[in-house]
Amino acid sequence: MDLNAPIAVKIRGICNHFGDQVIHDGVDLDVRNGEILGVVGGSGTGKSVLMRTIIGLQRPSAGEIEIFGEPMTDEENEAQLDLRRRWGVMFQGGALFSTLTVAENVQVPLREFYPNLGQKLLDEIAAYKVVMAGLPANAAAKYPSELSGGMRKRAGLARALALDPRLLFLDEPTAGLDPIAAAGFDELTKDLSKSLGLTVFLITHDLDTLHAICDRVAVLADHKVVAVGTIPELLATDHPWIQAYFNGPRGRAAQSAVDRHMAKGA
Amino acid sequence: MSPMASKAEFTEEQGAKGTTLRVSGRLTLSNLGDLPQRLDALDDPVAQIDISSVERTDTVGAWIIHQFSGRTGAQIVGASDEAKRLIALVSQADSDVRVRPEPVNPVVRVVTEVGDATVIAMRTLLGLVAFFGAILIASWDLIRNPRRLRINAIVHRFELVGVKALGIIGLMSFLIGIVIAQQGAVQLQQFGAETLTVNLVGRITTRELGVLMTAIMVAGRSGSAFAAQIGTMKLTEEIDAMRTIGVSPIEALVIPRMMAAVIMMPLLGFYATLVSIFGGGLFCWVSLEIPPITFVQRLQEVIPITDLWVGLIKAPVFGAIIALSGCFQGMQVEGNAEEVGLRTTSAVVQAIFLVIVLDAFFAVFFSQIGWI
Repeated sequence: MDLNAPIAVKIRGICNHFGDQVIHDGVDLDVRNGEILGVVGGSGTGKSVLMRTIIGLQRPSAGEIEIFGEPMTDEENEAQLDLRRRWGVMFQGGALFSTLTVAENVQVPLREFYPNLGQKLLDEIAAYKVVMAGLPANAAAKYPSELSGGMRKRAGLARALALDPRLLFLDEPTAGLDPIAAAGFDELTKDLSKSLGLTVFLITHDLDTLHAICDRVAVLADHKVVAVGTIPELLATDHPWIQAYFNGPRGRAAQSAVDRHMAKGA
Repeated sequence: MSPMASKAEFTEEQGAKGTTLRVSGRLTLSNLGDLPQRLDALDDPVAQIDISSVERTDTVGAWIIHQFSGRTGAQIVGASDEAKRLIALVSQADSDVRVRPEPVNPVVRVVTEVGDATVIAMRTLLGLVAFFGAILIASWDLIRNPRRLRINAIVHRFELVGVKALGIIGLMSFLIGIVIAQQGAVQLQQFGAETLTVNLVGRITTRELGVLMTAIMVAGRSGSAFAAQIGTMKLTEEIDAMRTIGVSPIEALVIPRMMAAVIMMPLLGFYATLVSIFGGGLFCWVSLEIPPITFVQRLQEVIPITDLWVGLIKAPVFGAIIALSGCFQGMQVEGNAEEVGLRTTSAVVQAIFLVIVLDAFFAVFFSQIGWI
């Protein structure tokens, strides 16, 4: 990981609150170009809210966000629209449009931003994106209701990748998947991020995912980002939540799984 | 990023080995322009496709190159490392994918749909009867153990179904009373019989419209709510949780709603009738100059008491139908949140349909026994 890589997402002093309830109070975070950044935190610490704030679905009460060096604003101008097509988002349940087939779902952003693309090319793009997201070829013509949970997530990923984004947001991609499917999804995320040069902002609870694919991990606690770094770096801090998270029984199990894997590989 | 980044272009060059296609500019989604169409239109044999002067490419650009080379057999030369990687990636993903569902013969489709609809209608009817049976059994159990009756839940339903509906049903009935009086008066005036407006308003609201319109309003207000509430509980597995704890969902959820609808419907229907008559009377007073005293006297003369019975006998039956289809459709919810919406719609449609069908039966029945 290049320490001096340019910053893809720069978050400064973000504050969010719902009524009296404070979610974020001065969140600072940098996502470097080309890295997979895992974001962890207890339930209700505002991981998803942070993601929604970055992609402009939630207006922060204070703070600034820059994406690829350009500030995010509420304006609906050309520059903001241009920024918008440089990221892809995969929501927790896939958030596929239920009245459209998987292929049509993938084509929605393409049609929206590039209305001049021919139908033949659209179909071809949808086809290879679907396969690239690891779905079987016959899934493209199916409706979301006909897919399993894991396939729906992959379809969501295919749609997130439709515009060839540089930046990918994944909200709990492995939640609700069986361990085999989860490992498969991790693998896919890593492969795609490498081959497409993606920067990935990944919200997760899954310790295995953190160990397997994340270059760095950001920890949300006490309304801010309390630490960012590789897992060994985080282990060196003495924040109680981080210690409880990574050194709890599950954290140790995931760590030892990685160690075993490494030993076998060596 | 400069907005006018260099567009993707290509030129044809004749060389020793045949035609070489030289692609330049940015081969990315936003800079493609009409390049794909023009490439598709090329029919001449192409030996090589040179992409050494491409500034940047994304997977779509890589796909276009890959697809072109596959179609014409052209060799890809001069690819940068990034382009090579992307072309390798998309060629891995190149497989025979069917993008659209297989088209079905329209005749077959219509026949299938009719068949499916028939089967569903039959199943629904059967399910409704079975559900009604389950309610009867649960009611019998409750009659034997009246202490199990959930008084609090029932009273709460009374409030939701009855008290909270007073405003909207009152307003609706008041307006309907005025409309009937006004429309009736216009027609009856042609015969010089506008005083008969009193008969019209009095009898039609007591016999038919008071209860019928209330039933439609309750179906829209409470029937839909029953379906949505129970459907959501079904989705969140609350109903399964109840069953495992040993609480009968019919007893806990359906019976209180059923009782609320059955008991509140006659009260609401009677109230609606009164308010309609009030609205009609107001119109007669203001527009036809029939004073309220005369109006009430005439009402007493022209409305037989059986008219009131006709309305009040129908009301609880309608209430039962509304609660039955609301709860039944709610219990049928399975799978996803979309289903809740569909089932709620069906609950209202089914309830109103059944209410109107039954109303027709009642009309014939009461005429036959001489309550006209």
